[in-house]
Amino acid sequence: MGEIWEGLIAGFWLVVSLDADLVEVTLRSLQVTLTAVVIASAIGLPFGAWLAIRRFRHRRATIALLNALMGLPPVVVGLIVYLLLSRSGPFGVFNLLFTPTAMIIAQVIIITPLIASIAHQAIRDIWADYHDLLISLSTSKIQRIKTLLWDGRRALITASLAGFGRAIGEVGAIMIVGGNIDNATRVLTTAIALETGKGDFALALGLGFVLIGLAVAVNLAIHAIGQTESEGKW
Amino acid sequence: MIRVLVALFMIGATSVSADTLRLAVTTSFQNSGLADVLLPEIAADTGISVQLLVVGTGQALRLGEAGDVDAILVHARAAEEAFVAQGFGTHRREIMYNDFVLVGPSDDPAAIADAQTVRAAMISIATTEAAFVSRGDDSGTHKKEISLWDAASITPDGGWYRSVGTGMGAALNTASAMSAYILTDRASWLNFGNKRDLAMLFVGDPALFNQYAFIPVNPSRHAHVRHAQASILEEWLSSGKAKTLINGYRIDGEAVFTFNAE
Amino acid sequence: MVTPILPLTMSSAVVKRRGQTLLGPVDLDISAQGFTIVMGPNGAGKTKLLRALHGIERLAAGKVTWQVPVGDTQDRQAFVFQAPIMLRRSVRDNLAYPLRLRGVAKSEAFARAADWAQRVGLGDALDRSAPRLSGGEKQKLALARALIGEPDILFLDEPCANLDGRATREIEAILKDAQAGGTRIVMATHDMGQARRLAEDIVFLMHGQVIERGPAQAFFAGPQTPQARALLQGDIVE
Ligand SMILES: Nc1ncnc2c1ncn2[C@@H]1O[C@H](COP(=O)(O)OP(=O)(O)OP(=O)(O)O)[C@@H](O)[C@H]1O
Ligand SMILES: [Mg+2]
Repeated sequence: MGEIWEGLIAGFWLVVSLDADLVEVTLRSLQVTLTAVVIASAIGLPFGAWLAIRRFRHRRATIALLNALMGLPPVVVGLIVYLLLSRSGPFGVFNLLFTPTAMIIAQVIIITPLIASIAHQAIRDIWADYHDLLISLSTSKIQRIKTLLWDGRRALITASLAGFGRAIGEVGAIMIVGGNIDNATRVLTTAIALETGKGDFALALGLGFVLIGLAVAVNLAIHAIGQTESEGKW
Repeated sequence: MIRVLVALFMIGATSVSADTLRLAVTTSFQNSGLADVLLPEIAADTGISVQLLVVGTGQALRLGEAGDVDAILVHARAAEEAFVAQGFGTHRREIMYNDFVLVGPSDDPAAIADAQTVRAAMISIATTEAAFVSRGDDSGTHKKEISLWDAASITPDGGWYRSVGTGMGAALNTASAMSAYILTDRASWLNFGNKRDLAMLFVGDPALFNQYAFIPVNPSRHAHVRHAQASILEEWLSSGKAKTLINGYRIDGEAVFTFNAE
Repeated sequence: MVTPILPLTMSSAVVKRRGQTLLGPVDLDISAQGFTIVMGPNGAGKTKLLRALHGIERLAAGKVTWQVPVGDTQDRQAFVFQAPIMLRRSVRDNLAYPLRLRGVAKSEAFARAADWAQRVGLGDALDRSAPRLSGGEKQKLALARALIGEPDILFLDEPCANLDGRATREIEAILKDAQAGGTRIVMATHDMGQARRLAEDIVFLMHGQVIERGPAQAFFAGPQTPQARALLQGDIVE
């Protein structure tokens, strides 16, 4: 119990004193994860929508695969990305290993299936609703996807936020592909792992509370934006 | 939108600037805190910003083989020599040493504090079946531990022997929670913040000597490695300034490392 | 002057589901002018017939032919569904949607949306969420959204089912206006009074077959089939 309390206090002081390392690590966490969420959403949301409205031969198999990919252990993703980006791997020439870009790539792979799957379910419901009308209005495929994405935007924001939640708290994969290099690829989660390893539980917990606070703040901020934007209409 | 993405992406891609060097080091070196003293001095003197990849010895060697780092600084002599012999490293340069220590519960059920040699201490732990935590991660420390069991002609197994497969810090946390014996390097121990009931019980046997060596990755294997920077760093690490800093480094008033580069 | 898309001819059209014939074979002409009412008991196939004419029901056999290729008719037809489909948007955005699909500028689309909202009595509801309208308001919105694109032909599937007397009268006036403006109307209804008020010709369906077809006056004066006679007498037709 005492350690949790100390952790809270440590976290409080880190935030209050705007500790330079903390600020840097936090900003990097945000940069990596937000970039990953934007990319994964750009891929996952339209793909989920496409899966919902498109009938094709292996649709069921694709959906099953997507759901299975959601459960992919991040460490495995990390290892695969590591082997791909390693200097001795196929993409070694790009020199991306142990950079934030590598961490973004790993996170995109981890959260895209999650985002696509949630988007698929949400869009499927709206599509069932809208189907006849959109066919009657002889909408093009693009128009349909646009309409569904727009009208499903709340559910889709939720999908992206789920991706954000998973990515911001992820440690296994980004530890492997980022290397937890001080001033280069250290983020909140890898810093927590490091401090835990040193036995400095108070600092680790403090960082943990900062991480939780960050996740809550981003969620609230996005919901607030969603509210003000649509208040008039709804 | 696209442009923002590209910009964000580029931040990642450009973070390796010309005067950085990637050095794979072991957890025990990182936990010692010595790096925090040396790296700013290295940057000031040579302009090289050293990026540390803190991993186990096994992974450090793999990173070097793959060309993902420019040099390695580890402490597992046999593995290092094999690394150089296979052409992955140009040569092996001894820099400094510290020592391993046996840590355990302060009531010392295996009575290793009174042992004459580390061999006797290990035999005592095994025969009393006192709980012992092993890194079990193929690290230098783990390899050292195995060599100590071998020297005592013991094959450790049974409920008392816990192989945790983690880094030094996590293994120390486990030992601390279980009140178990564990082999650790002195620096990691002194810097460890969660000692609880554990105490340093056995030290000083020359068999616990822990030599660190610096190995530049071979540029004829991996043309992209920053061999020039690695050479500059090697020179700095064997300089008089490094000697002063390394020998003068104290944790809780205790010297941890002994400089021995030639 | 654009080429007219009507008259429309349906020949030997059949709709099946899981081997069961739900409609047809049906042969039907929809002339260039007029107001056709489709009648028949529940499950007779009225909805299926309208959807097949509109081209959103897959035909197991037969075809529907327009005066121009079917691709050119799609923007000139509109359909009001039995259960109104509301986009999860404001009333204004629902009304503007068909126009926006066709590339009408936002400001013009919104102006026309406001005009149509006024006409169906939803002038004060422009900013409200469409899915939260009452059942009757939804039907009015669906009608306005169908007419906003000034279709050449409008199919309506029981558009007044949830409306009170006054709203029904308003809708009927709007439909007559639209007809006067050149829109061909084909509408299914159960409301005998409405059929008498609006119909110029009648299509009477039972069990997926057209069993009687003709001018409204003749139909109401002297129905040819016993089923139609029973319907007009207010009996229950099965
Ligand atoms: N997808 C479907 N699968 C199987 N049967 C169907 C399907 N859609 C409609 N049917 C059946 O086809 C028949 C005709 O349906 P339709 O909706 O055209 O009737 P309707 O005349 O419009 O009836 P109502 O007055 O109740 O609206 C009904 O018996 C209905 O149950
Ligand atoms: Mg019907």
